[in-house]
Amino acid sequence: MSILDSKVPKGPLKDKWTNYKDKINLVNPANKRSIDIIVVGTGLAGGSAAATLAELGYNVKAFCYQDSPRRAHSIAAQGGINAAKNYQGDGDSTYRLFYDTIKGGDYRSREANVYRLAEVSGNIIDQCVAQGVPFARDYGGLLDNRSFGGVLVSRTFYAKGQTGQQLLLGAYSAMNRQIARGKIEMFNRHEMLDVVKINGKARGIIARNLVTGEIERHSAHAVVIATGGYGNVYFLSTNAMGSNATAAWKVHKKGAFFANPCYTQIHPTCIPRSGDYQSKLTLMSESLRNDGRIWVPKKMEDVMAIREGKKKPTDLSEEERDYYLERRYPAFGNLVPRDVASRAAKERCDAGYGVNATGEAVYLDFKSAIERYGNEQAKLHGITNASKEKITELGEEIIRAKYGNLFQMYEKIVDENPYKTPMMIYPATHYTMGGIWVDYNLMTTVEGLYCIGEANFSDHGANRLGASALMQGLADGYFILPYTIGDYLSHEIRTGKIPTNTPEFDEAEKAVTDQINAFINNKGTHSVDYFHKKLGKVMWDKCGMSRNATDLKEAIQEIKAIREEFYKEVKVPGKANEMNPELEKAGRVADFLELGELFAKDALMREESCGGHFREESVELDGEQEGEAKRNDAEFAFVAAWEYKGEPSDAVLHKEQLEFNDIELKQRSYK
Amino acid sequence: MKLTLKIWRQNGSQDKGKMVDYQVSDISESMSFLEMMDVLNEQIINEGGEPVAFDHDCREGICGMCSMHINGEPHGPDKGITTCQLHMRSFKDGDTITIEPFRAKAFPVIKDLMVDRSSFERIQQAGGYISVNTSGNTQDANSIPIDKHAADMAMDSATCIGCGACVASCKNASAMLFVGAKVSQYALLPQGQVEAVDRVKNMVAQMDLEGFGNCTNTGACEVECPKGISLENIARLNREYFKANVKG
Repeated sequence: MSILDSKVPKGPLKDKWTNYKDKINLVNPANKRSIDIIVVGTGLAGGSAAATLAELGYNVKAFCYQDSPRRAHSIAAQGGINAAKNYQGDGDSTYRLFYDTIKGGDYRSREANVYRLAEVSGNIIDQCVAQGVPFARDYGGLLDNRSFGGVLVSRTFYAKGQTGQQLLLGAYSAMNRQIARGKIEMFNRHEMLDVVKINGKARGIIARNLVTGEIERHSAHAVVIATGGYGNVYFLSTNAMGSNATAAWKVHKKGAFFANPCYTQIHPTCIPRSGDYQSKLTLMSESLRNDGRIWVPKKMEDVMAIREGKKKPTDLSEEERDYYLERRYPAFGNLVPRDVASRAAKERCDAGYGVNATGEAVYLDFKSAIERYGNEQAKLHGITNASKEKITELGEEIIRAKYGNLFQMYEKIVDENPYKTPMMIYPATHYTMGGIWVDYNLMTTVEGLYCIGEANFSDHGANRLGASALMQGLADGYFILPYTIGDYLSHEIRTGKIPTNTPEFDEAEKAVTDQINAFINNKGTHSVDYFHKKLGKVMWDKCGMSRNATDLKEAIQEIKAIREEFYKEVKVPGKANEMNPELEKAGRVADFLELGELFAKDALMREESCGGHFREESVELDGEQEGEAKRNDAEFAFVAAWEYKGEPSDAVLHKEQLEFNDIELKQRSYK
Repeated sequence: MKLTLKIWRQNGSQDKGKMVDYQVSDISESMSFLEMMDVLNEQIINEGGEPVAFDHDCREGICGMCSMHINGEPHGPDKGITTCQLHMRSFKDGDTITIEPFRAKAFPVIKDLMVDRSSFERIQQAGGYISVNTSGNTQDANSIPIDKHAADMAMDSATCIGCGACVASCKNASAMLFVGAKVSQYALLPQGQVEAVDRVKNMVAQMDLEGFGNCTNTGACEVECPKGISLENIARLNREYFKANVKG
């Protein structure tokens, strides 16, 4: 019997959440005023949670490392947010969103959590519109939708290519209203460096004021971690430079189990890397796959000619192009889920068909879409016998309206005009499905410690569908946590203020101060980035888009060696009691160096291919699905939750068996 | 390419600060400006110095964290971009580049090129929101149709990233474009009407309190805004403010 209790309510799937809400304990408004909650991270999950908890009357202390909550990396999400509104009348429903999410996640997520997510998805759109989020609309004044990978309906709401920005600014505005009322105390430029536990319960945090370097104690009746994913373990990713796993890793070390660390999403449409100096990778929204077609040349001689600059992609005729996604997956074509699209790109590039100098790029081509829209517009405007130029002009206008900012972003980085020549794209680390294990209440294995948004593991299984991250972040923060945390806090009404002058706070603060002093006093020879890049290379080469036992075993050894070298040789300039970005980075990289090893250990344990986790040893050998990922439901239909025991290599595995009562386990087929 | 960098160094808000010269070489033209700064900092660390502190985060032009006055312009020479989107192909071998923090009374320097923009936060807290609680019981999202043009214009205003380039470029250090963008977003949407009067009055009052200057219509802010927020937003702010004062 597992020690993990998911606390999923009994009863039929569709009634679980309603029944749960009807039966939980509530906290009366007067008592809420004497209860404190700490929220760490102010992205969609943390921002929406902080605002809602403050609206309810709790005293919220919110923390972010940036100079404003508005800068959290949710802001960079481009494409959209899913909701089962069925405004398009194309057959969408709560069940279908639930089904698509479970299937897209390759049957490795918890049914009840995903159903609840689908259930509240519609409320998110209502809430955001009421807040003044300017979603895209059609000429009738109603909300417009687009389509994303892995689904057959249009359920994605969007605000140009800046949906994440607009949703985050919505949550930020809700926070501002509460900051003005004094219900949220906002700590900008603060970083959480440890959680404080008293009698087994999370009772506060130790944070560093990044401007003054001061170490601060903050207490509360519950602590919420909403600090996003750990994609920067790869050094290069689409995450922000400051995105880090420190809060999540510190709570793991204090008893919160870490689930499925090997489930990472490598996003198929990013701008390829150009050199060693590169600091981050830039995503091109998946929405581009609505209109863009992905291809490489059919013939190797064309590949070579393109790389040598003797031919341009536009010189190749339709017959000379291999639209490999349309070829391999006729049903979903360019809109297969992200993991499938990424592996297909890697397969072509590994076979030598990559179209840039590094051999790691494929084309994303808008020519067909420009023609299609151009013809449609010509008809709409009553232009007969429109010239080819006119059609292109009209078509480009539509593409500009839909993706203008993305095209501009591409042109700024690559210095090529994507209206005239196809974009070059390649997969990059983007999102981490794995994270802190939580139960149905979003509580971790530490009492009173909650984890929401990308930082937890719960809803996306082994692969997240496009436009579902925004949905989950806001669902957790606006609509789920405010209920579940109340049930817990109803037992805290007599606790009173938590003092910070206790041995538990002393001890946690000392550990934090000791580590900071050790970094500052270390007389090393290499910068923090030197080690981060080294770690990133091991992660990408051996724990990247495809993995095998030999590589993973090597990775575990190599990461351990880098970690040892890091503590001996890292050089952190400056002082502890001042603004010191290098010191901040050192602490984050120290945690990535442990997390990376657990990641490889988890990937080695999971001897199956599922979603973003592809084991070369586990592929279909024959039949229609030959070469596709092979899941092993008999042995691996579980959540791998790791318990910290000192070194990452000593971590203990706990399994939460996944039960599928409302959905049949099938091989994902997008053919 | 080889470059000479003249960078403002200031160790904390109380320090006097000065320009310091640095040389960097092997800069590739496809590097971003901040990657060039990374190269410089790596070099400074290896030489035993203290790296230059600067704000940055998403490095894709959306978070609004990066700042810097580059050769006298906020976010540098190109139009419609933030510093992180500026690429070294905009410079040539042998160039001397001057790098300073954003300059405004309401944006005090924290360290080197980092400034404190919390004055922007307080302006938003004064009224940059619609007072609607999270209940799950707001009306259906499609119950109020919104004219597509109005929705699109609201979106254009809402794309402000709060970087402060408008303030840094303005000779009066005015925050009218920043405030105008937020006021406009809500003024253009039906949901924003209910609190329109209080919103504009409170945000403008806070803006004045923070020490930002007034607008004298020179339009530098519009030119330097990385998101192309137009002067129309200032005009609309003035109209809303006037309307609010007439209404009382």
